[in-house]
Amino acid sequence: MSENNASKTVGSFTVKVGLAQMLKGGVIMDVVTPEHAVIAGNAGAVAVMALERVPADIREQGGVARMSDPGLIREIMASVSIPVMAKCRIGHFVEAQILESIGVDYVDESEVLTPADEQYHVDKHPFKVPFVCGCRNLGEALRRIGEGAAMIRTKGEAGTGDVVEAVRHARTVLGEIRSLQQKPDEELMSYAKSIGAPYELVKQTKETGRMPVVNFAAGGIATPADAALMMQLGVDGVFVGSGIFKSGDPASRAKAIVEATTHFNNPEILAKVSENLGDPMVGINISSLTENELLADRGW
Amino acid sequence: MKIGVLALQGAFIEHIHILKKIGVQATEVRLVKDLEPLNGLIIPGGESTTINKLAKMYDLILPVRRFAEKKVVWGTCAGMILLAKEIKGEPASLGVMDIVVERNAFGRQVDSFEEMLTISKLQNGNSKPFPAIFIRAPKLIEARNNAKIIARLTDGTAVAAIQNKLLATAFHPELSDDDRFHRFFLALATA
Repeated sequence: MSENNASKTVGSFTVKVGLAQMLKGGVIMDVVTPEHAVIAGNAGAVAVMALERVPADIREQGGVARMSDPGLIREIMASVSIPVMAKCRIGHFVEAQILESIGVDYVDESEVLTPADEQYHVDKHPFKVPFVCGCRNLGEALRRIGEGAAMIRTKGEAGTGDVVEAVRHARTVLGEIRSLQQKPDEELMSYAKSIGAPYELVKQTKETGRMPVVNFAAGGIATPADAALMMQLGVDGVFVGSGIFKSGDPASRAKAIVEATTHFNNPEILAKVSENLGDPMVGINISSLTENELLADRGW
Repeated sequence: MKIGVLALQGAFIEHIHILKKIGVQATEVRLVKDLEPLNGLIIPGGESTTINKLAKMYDLILPVRRFAEKKVVWGTCAGMILLAKEIKGEPASLGVMDIVVERNAFGRQVDSFEEMLTISKLQNGNSKPFPAIFIRAPKLIEARNNAKIIARLTDGTAVAAIQNKLLATAFHPELSDDDRFHRFFLALATA
């Protein structure tokens, strides 16, 4: 809840969005141990996502994927000075309350975990901690922002190492914003209805020509070139999940992806940082997955 | 007048938007050669450890230090940390400003806040307080020698300092729609 006195305001939407603005041009890395977190921090990650299992393992092992042990998250928080994020299940507002109480810097209401509610997402406005949510299109992004999300990430397909869905979702969202800018104002209400998005946010997106909050890419980014591809498409930064710690040389790969995200427009630097990184994660070709193996379809 | 914004990571585009809005040429700085045509430099907010690492990897530390000897440089939040001669518990980065800072000194993100500040340097006949936004902000523990404190919270904590042509703020004027701090910085550049 917002605690206000005469001069000081805590937990406002401005400060929630503000942290996401500070993360821009950066790489947020999935980590499962404090040791991983230190490697990520040393490589130049702007934040880490504290998890019990990376998405590739969630995929392989199956079962119900839940919020991580708060003890593990605390250990990771104690091991690095950069912001720490953690995931709650879609609609599981109690997991979100627990994450807020231990002081994580961002909550990811994530389709990578097994949804707790098949109809409703968490009402994110009352929380002091900011939320990031996934989307596949503009309507889904604006619904999440309407619920209080202070940061958006295109979903991609987590745990695959295949960038194709990340590209599809980023192109969809950014393309929809471009075409929205061409619409005359009288079409906006019907458009808002058709994409299931709040009218005011549709109007704001048209006026500014960009998503109302920071927009990162996620789900399948495994190489420096993948990260630079997403940046050139026009996202504000990248999440790398399984791509780092499921590869042959996580420290070098993590550092190379950080450099590639900064110098995304400089092919000479991209070539240099892509050298000698060892084996990338093996990955799963998305076309080989069945429909109910797709995580991106979770969320409504 | 051409101002560069260090664009290794962080909220650099927000600074560029404000500079362009007030009619200044603004460019992104990622490599040493990008510094050459500039009259001034802004080091934006972001993750100070990330920006510092990338600045070291791409050999920017010495060139920016030399730049700061002659020209105006302004650091916001992470930028203030990079400018400081002393960072509590860590080695200094650029180390050009006689200030002592402490990272994340207000707490974690749930403690991030906004506060309206009265800053006499900005008044200029305008008594409106300045909307200061603090995100996992550093504290300005001390200003020494030529460095002078120019803004404080209502509880007395120092949050901005100036030292000749160097400026440091613990908060983010680039996240508000009040451009007075940017105008103040430009006035330093032309003085």
